[in-house]
Amino acid sequence: MPTTMTKILTAAGLISVMTVAYADGHLTQDQQRGMDARQSHMGLLGFNLGPLGAMAQDKIDYDATVAATAAANLAAVAGISQDRYWVEGTDSSVEGSRAKAEIWTDMAGFEAEQTALVTATADLAAVAGDGLDALKAAFGPVGQACGSCHENYRTPRQ
Amino acid sequence: MKLLGRSAVLGLIVVAAGWYLTRPQPLSPDVFNGITADSENGAIIFAAAGCASCHNADDQPPELLSGGRRFASPFGTFIAPNISSDPTHGVGNWPDVALASAIMVGVGRDGEHLFPAFPYTSYNKADVQDVADLIAYLRTLPASDQPSQPHEVGFPFNLRVTLGPWKALFEGDDWALQDAATPEIARGRYLVEALGHCTECHTSRNALGGVDRSRWLAGAENPSGDGRIPNITPAALTWSASEISEYLKSGFTPEFDTAGGEMAAVVRNTSKLTDGDRDAIAAYLKAIPAIANETP
Repeated sequence: MPTTMTKILTAAGLISVMTVAYADGHLTQDQQRGMDARQSHMGLLGFNLGPLGAMAQDKIDYDATVAATAAANLAAVAGISQDRYWVEGTDSSVEGSRAKAEIWTDMAGFEAEQTALVTATADLAAVAGDGLDALKAAFGPVGQACGSCHENYRTPRQ
Repeated sequence: MKLLGRSAVLGLIVVAAGWYLTRPQPLSPDVFNGITADSENGAIIFAAAGCASCHNADDQPPELLSGGRRFASPFGTFIAPNISSDPTHGVGNWPDVALASAIMVGVGRDGEHLFPAFPYTSYNKADVQDVADLIAYLRTLPASDQPSQPHEVGFPFNLRVTLGPWKALFEGDDWALQDAATPEIARGRYLVEALGHCTECHTSRNALGGVDRSRWLAGAENPSGDGRIPNITPAALTWSASEISEYLKSGFTPEFDTAGGEMAAVVRNTSKLTDGDRDAIAAYLKAIPAIANETP
């Protein structure tokens, strides 16, 4: 006849094993929403970079209105606070995430990358309607800001 | 007993012969005879060969080659040495031929085999003129007095004598793409297979760490454990040649994502090449055999 204590310990052991198994395969709602939101955020950045990049690379003709609008969008998206995106437990060990663990161990460095993007996109938005040369000059730093963060805080695809 | 004795003697002879045949053999002292080095071209070779990506320190300018970056592998962790012009801690007082021997045949200054974390298995296909130019350029770069760290490699991989047979197996200097149909593809082949040493990351390796040439550039595990190094054969890399070329210049993919991880450092190097050289790399990548991803 197992003692009460044995039963309690067994139950506690089972619960902890199940909790680990659950945590291993499932995300909480907050984790999933954070990942979805930040990936949507990146999608919006990429979408607005499209026409700007194509003009900077001479693939489409320069259009001041299109350029100014896309650059304003880009700066607006870059300025959205990311505070609630980076939920603990959503690094690249989780299916669908490419976020390096360094985001959480070096949050100050990660935030500095975001600030660099805010600055570069604001500078681009200020001149994107002023002609192709102005756009090209301000576009480079935006690419560098994207690349710098992806270099330090994103893993390759699985 | 007698037979056992004979077998032992025979075994020793085989080992001794193997050791002798695979001993470190530096380049001939007259390798640079008749060659005048051009350090300006050396700066381009320095970028094309990606030297700074491994030998500079984090957050340091690419020209300060103080070493110290760590490279994890199944065989242990290799730590890039100081190759700055410092005479004590760098390679400032290595003769040109000693440097060339390290670069092209993986033999160190003391006549020892170097670990193939240093991609001499690619650089062995470099033109001697380019190597001479590169060395001349290295000598113009600043000195760092940061001491090189020993590699953290355990037994038996720490026995450099084992690198002799390894080289005999894997140090081929023939091209993976045998027939280059145009001069542009041949130039791209030189940049990718020799200087750029792209295969060192983009091709999978066998259990002994040799590149699996039957899966040339078809992607590999990331030795750091993070994600996979992508397949860049036409089976997976479907960008146009001009899109590949643009990526190597600005780091932007056709969807305006950017190069990340180690590839960001590679793009910093390829951004310093000419448009013609980037186009040549793209032409080469379009010309190699398409190899499907391995199904896990």
